[in-house]
Amino acid sequence: MAQQKAEISLDNLRKNFGATQALDGVSLRLESGGIYGLVGPNGAGKTTLLRILAGLLKPSSGSLGILLDGKKPQPQALKDALAYFPQEQSLYPDLSCIEHLRFFRDLYGIDEREFQERSSRLLEITGLEKFQDRRAGQLSGGMYKKLGLACVLLHSPAILLLDEPTIGVDPISRREVWALLQSFAREGMLVAMSTSYLDEAERCARVALLEAGKLLLEGDPAELLKQEKASGFAEIFLARTGTAK
Amino acid sequence: MNETPSVLVKNLTIRFGAFTAVDDISFSVGKGEIFGFLGANGAGKTTTIRALCGLLTPSSGEISVAGATPLEPELLKARIGYMSQRFTLYPDLTVDENLAFAGALRKMTPGQAKKRSEELLDFTGFSFGRAKLVRELPGGARQQVALAAAVLHDPQVIFLDEPTAGVSAQAREQFWALIRRMAKQDKTVFVTTHYMDEAEECGRIALMSAGKIIALDSPANLEKTAFKNPLYETLAPEGVNLAQEAKLSGAGHAEPAGLKWRVEVSNPAAWEKLCADKKLLPHPAKPTLEDVFLKLVGAGK
Repeated sequence: MAQQKAEISLDNLRKNFGATQALDGVSLRLESGGIYGLVGPNGAGKTTLLRILAGLLKPSSGSLGILLDGKKPQPQALKDALAYFPQEQSLYPDLSCIEHLRFFRDLYGIDEREFQERSSRLLEITGLEKFQDRRAGQLSGGMYKKLGLACVLLHSPAILLLDEPTIGVDPISRREVWALLQSFAREGMLVAMSTSYLDEAERCARVALLEAGKLLLEGDPAELLKQEKASGFAEIFLARTGTAK
Repeated sequence: MNETPSVLVKNLTIRFGAFTAVDDISFSVGKGEIFGFLGANGAGKTTTIRALCGLLTPSSGEISVAGATPLEPELLKARIGYMSQRFTLYPDLTVDENLAFAGALRKMTPGQAKKRSEELLDFTGFSFGRAKLVRELPGGARQQVALAAAVLHDPQVIFLDEPTAGVSAQAREQFWALIRRMAKQDKTVFVTTHYMDEAEECGRIALMSAGKIIALDSPANLEKTAFKNPLYETLAPEGVNLAQEAKLSGAGHAEPAGLKWRVEVSNPAAWEKLCADKKLLPHPAKPTLEDVFLKLVGAGK
């Protein structure tokens, strides 16, 4: 299946919850073809931004435009093309890994041949092959996360939004998850994720640094390092936000 | 340490059907020690902790925690605190209600529980209202309350299973300041984490892989001994996959670290040639626990 090319543009997006200004005039452009990273201290607005992109929250003002292959999609087509991976995953504790994948196959109406191909690739790269028959409730924290990822990747969404996908994941699996996301991004998926690991931020195609709902910096990480005369993202983070990470 | 260890494990094995989750491990932890338990997801860390807390019966082996064995559950329960990976507070109860409930479970009088809760919340630096519902608290504050609930009955040994997953870096630092203070008060802290910067704070670390302990030492010693060959850090031109190049040229093993690469060089001549070919400007690097983890646990995968 050829991947649809996705484009997202935000213009002066604002979101307030009562008196709290969660997003305060954010303008961004996201495109297919690389991982887009969102970093910033707690309360910066990363989750709010991802939830707005996923259509789960309405912005208070500003505009949000999503194009698929250059055209504005119908709501159902957009829903089919989009996947959101929340920070708190909720899988079915009594279903096994393979049962989860079959459930998502039916949910998205994926045909059997494609399912075989995709599910075996996903089980292999997530390292869940050996644990296919284990129930989700019995998985370790990191494996549970990887199963969640396999489920959202199964229907090959054009847009994948992830909120801190590498929390609770060990250093090796963290790199595996990263490699997995990068390979999908290179195949043309629009991948946007928030992360608190700054080494991951450095490896994104583009990074946005948010603080208190405002966009502080945005661009290619290598160029940002040059522009800010910093040796690593941790240094930029400290200089710009006043906190260590 | 010449006292009886706080945690003593001998030849512990735990099987689930045909699957061996913990495979003949032995170690001991001293009083007042911060003991880190690291490993890949699914390596058997949580299973070990659950056995140490008496929540799971081992297939074989010996366990003693704070002088109690799993055959003395009441004694064991009184002497240990356990903060599990999954959220253990009731989101629809207030902070005070959660702590009062935790106290009642430990058979404390309401007066004792209240006094101790107040001390602990001050100690943890909890700065939100105690009448607030737990679900309204940010992640870092919830973990402070969960810790207070776990140590309300003043246990000698505290098990913390990924206490800081999903918590902001600032809150993580605060949490570790608490761990250090508890250790200073001679409490034994047994902690798992996937944050290698936190692991550096442990006195000793056991590294687990596929149910076995593959290394056990202080962070400094692990960093010294894991790498026999020199380690370098370098940037690489765009599009150069140094992991592949290092492998193909036989120069060594490279792992990505942000925009840079960290390369363990096993063949200096091949490395020099690779550096010249790819115009790399490497500089020597000191191994970190993240490097150690990738090398030791990665090798077993």
